[in-house]
Amino acid sequence: MELVLVLAIPAVGAILLALVGAQQRAAELNVVISFATLIAAGALVLRIIGEGPMTVAHEQFFVDPFNVFLIALTALVGFTTAVFSRPYMRIEEDHGRLNARRLRLYHSMYQLFMTAMLVALSTNNMGLLWVAMEAATLSTVLLVSLYRTRASIEAAWKYFILCGVGIALALFGTILLYFAAEHLLGGAGMSALLWTHLDAVKEQLDPTVIGLAFVFLLVGYGTKVGLAPLHNWLPDAHAEGPTPVSAVLSGLLLNVAMYAVVRCKILAVGAMHSAVPGRMLMGFGLLSTLLAAFFLWRQRDIKRLFGYSSIEHMGIITFAFGMGGPLANFAALLHMTVHSLTKSAIFFAAGHASQIAGTQRIAGIRGLLVVSPTVGWGLMLGSLAILGMPPFGVFTSEYLILTTAMRDHPWATPVLLAALGVAFAAIFGHVQPMVFGETDARPLPHSPALVPVFVHLSIVLMLGVYMPPALAEWYRVAAHLIG
Amino acid sequence: MPTLTLATQFLHVLAAGLLMISFGMLAQRRTRSLIVLLAWQGAVLTASTLLVAISAHLPDLYYSAALTLVEKVWLMPWILMRLMRRLGIEGDSDPLVNIPTLMLVGLGLVIFAFGLAQPISSLATTVTRQTLGIAMAVILLAFLMMIARHKAVTQVIGFLAMENGLFFAATSTTYGMPMVIELGIALDLLVGVFIFGIFFFQIREQFDSLDLHQLEALKED
Amino acid sequence: MNALALLSQLGGAVLAVALAPVLAGWVAQCRAWLQNRSAPPLLQPYRSLRKLFRKDAALATYASPLFRATPYVVFGTMAMAAAIIPSVTTDLPMARVADAIALVGLFATARVFMALAAMDIGTVFGSMGARREMMIGFLAEPALLMVLFNAFLMFGSTALPTVVEDILNTKGLMLQPSLAFAGVAFVMVLLAENARIPIDNPATHLEVTMIHEAMLLEYSARHLALMEWASWLKLFNYACIGFALFVPWGIALHANGPLALLFAVAWLAAKLVVAGAVLAVIETVSAKLRIFRAPEFLSMAFLLAVLGLLVHLLLQS
Repeated sequence: MELVLVLAIPAVGAILLALVGAQQRAAELNVVISFATLIAAGALVLRIIGEGPMTVAHEQFFVDPFNVFLIALTALVGFTTAVFSRPYMRIEEDHGRLNARRLRLYHSMYQLFMTAMLVALSTNNMGLLWVAMEAATLSTVLLVSLYRTRASIEAAWKYFILCGVGIALALFGTILLYFAAEHLLGGAGMSALLWTHLDAVKEQLDPTVIGLAFVFLLVGYGTKVGLAPLHNWLPDAHAEGPTPVSAVLSGLLLNVAMYAVVRCKILAVGAMHSAVPGRMLMGFGLLSTLLAAFFLWRQRDIKRLFGYSSIEHMGIITFAFGMGGPLANFAALLHMTVHSLTKSAIFFAAGHASQIAGTQRIAGIRGLLVVSPTVGWGLMLGSLAILGMPPFGVFTSEYLILTTAMRDHPWATPVLLAALGVAFAAIFGHVQPMVFGETDARPLPHSPALVPVFVHLSIVLMLGVYMPPALAEWYRVAAHLIG
Repeated sequence: MPTLTLATQFLHVLAAGLLMISFGMLAQRRTRSLIVLLAWQGAVLTASTLLVAISAHLPDLYYSAALTLVEKVWLMPWILMRLMRRLGIEGDSDPLVNIPTLMLVGLGLVIFAFGLAQPISSLATTVTRQTLGIAMAVILLAFLMMIARHKAVTQVIGFLAMENGLFFAATSTTYGMPMVIELGIALDLLVGVFIFGIFFFQIREQFDSLDLHQLEALKED
Repeated sequence: MNALALLSQLGGAVLAVALAPVLAGWVAQCRAWLQNRSAPPLLQPYRSLRKLFRKDAALATYASPLFRATPYVVFGTMAMAAAIIPSVTTDLPMARVADAIALVGLFATARVFMALAAMDIGTVFGSMGARREMMIGFLAEPALLMVLFNAFLMFGSTALPTVVEDILNTKGLMLQPSLAFAGVAFVMVLLAENARIPIDNPATHLEVTMIHEAMLLEYSARHLALMEWASWLKLFNYACIGFALFVPWGIALHANGPLALLFAVAWLAAKLVVAGAVLAVIETVSAKLRIFRAPEFLSMAFLLAVLGLLVHLLLQS
């Protein structure tokens, strides 16, 4: 029941927003729908904690501690982003960058995107997972090009083509998966595509086919995670889309894609009886982290800067999942949480910062503390958090990942440390002059919604200093499920 | 020489036809002819699906074949043709493509795909299992086409050709995915083409051309 | 080796030499019809030959003996090739010593002599034509060999008669996708090698584009007649190779009696009529390629033939 609500509310909301359209209240309605989704997700979490994993609708949907945690996170960030986007998009409208028609498209697609992600997270069917991932891409493509500028259209085109190709490879991987399971589970019906069934027989799946399938799935969904070398779309899409879209892309879509990769990895490890899938994840993860860290130096655009930072952190998470084991998985899950909270908070602050300065160029943004202390502090604290400064939660998760790496794979530690150091210097060097310094920019016409920023950052802070035992237990269970 | 049933032989011929069309697309410079080739590819796909459906007695695949016929032979090429007419780029072509090199690379990809498919097809039980290599080759060739071309429309055609290859892979290894999934895939694809259409107009509005060389402002410098 | 077999092989060659001008006439006629021109008579090539043979030959002052010998060499090799291609019967006693690879070698010999003779006089057009001919030849030859390898791989023999017998002895329908690739490639090679339209146009003497005709500019009278005849014969030979590989039905088998030979001749005539018409259609609907595009065209042919091999290996494994 709760699951039905979680999926139905945004779906109905998308239709509703498409109909209500250009009216003034659309933004508020968007907030209300997102809030309702969050409540439903909360109820779902309580139920799973109480009753354990469950399957719904002829096993087509499946909720266990691993994905319910992501569902809750998605609903939360979806809600706060909706809160943030209300004044933000109004300012954009005042600046003449958007009109009522595009706002209708934006609101409707926003909810559709939420629906697609929630379906992707909760489905048990690998085929449906693919369909939902594709739907999530399609619904955000038009959001990235919402401003209809040359750069935004180019970014959206790149996003579309690269993710389209990636997702096509993932489809091939899915086909191979189905093919491998068909002998065991029977081709009739959907059994051979249901993840729970696959998980049950994974030991007997043919290793060659699964190995090949995993390569395709990893490259396919990995494109959406933003793993190097197929990461090109990510900074562009983050920089050129409206800020709320950057926030949900970075905070949520990457997580959902990561989730798909992890689900596939569980099957691959089971079938291949080897560490190869884990090693592949580690390799891609390290490469992405390192590449992104060095690209951070050269950024001149504030949102691009944090786009690359997302690649870096997704690389770290991928690496952690690649190592496997309860501790690394625990750290990876924690890092997913804190990264998506922190990164969306940063995008909120960065969005307002560029509205104040009238440009996204880092060189043009100066003296935020003078104009708007809240935006300035939000950006500063967010950057410190994402750079892994204690006492924020990112520090905890990165510390766990590093120590695990030191114990299991010592060779990788210097690489990780180097990447983190470079990233620290680069981001801090860019952010510091933006926050401090002098400026003659004027404050915004509408008061910025920075409550979400500080809500996110305080959760991250809390996870750093004190983790509620219930939450820790929950992470442990999820980490154990991943294996 | 091992003897094969007549249906299998026909399937092999159709598979070879798909491969040949893929190479034709690689070598074709004119966009209009590319769309025609895409429709042909869809037609061959329909025929092969139908043949599998008949020879393996799978009613599901009849719907699949009907879906392919409507979507890939009629709807998609029609939309693309219409778009091209509306945009006034019917006679467009991509003159700066080094075709012999492209062909050689394509040949390498085919060898790679065949090699990759070998261990898998030996596991399959379907009548069509040997054609998996061809399906993979079709996918890779479409991939190559997307990389080598610089026009927006051509890239889209490459994307659709890749989808055709995927569909063929699905029928040749597993007699197709379950119907619901296939419907979902078809729907996604259709929405994708619509979005492509919207894009064409946006790109043209902003750039006065569909040449993707213009879309190169966002680069790391 | 019996007398009938020898006779039939000789007969085949004579038939080819005699019929080749008709095939050329027929193609020209079809082309004219398709292009709404009034067609030349079917037997026009014979009349041209007769006219040319009656004239006195004029030779360039600096022509070497090679130049004079070339028409005979070229015509001779083409006639020899005609003798070893199973166009009417597979019972070819002499064909045992020369398989299809030797056949390609024969064609190459003719090409080399033609190119040398064209350069012998030292005129601009001659050497230009020779260079172009060699370029096309060097691309077309591997493609042709690949096409032949397709058939060899399938039937395990490099002798055309054996291939034909194998195909005809197969019970039931055997669809070979790789032969489809080879077929398309073969048609492309045929067009290029016989100076037909997308590569060359035998009906014009336009300096910028001509290839084959450029090499014949210095020839006259009986030499020119032989050269023309040889090129018609080459087309006929190519057609017969195509028939043997792809549509061998009707060719008399080793075991069949003399009556089958008659039928085979009738079949051959029918196939030639169809093939000529198809060739005319291809030539009418396609536009001539720029000479720089020729490598592209031929690499496509080569590639298709290789693909045929790959597909065969994939599907038969």
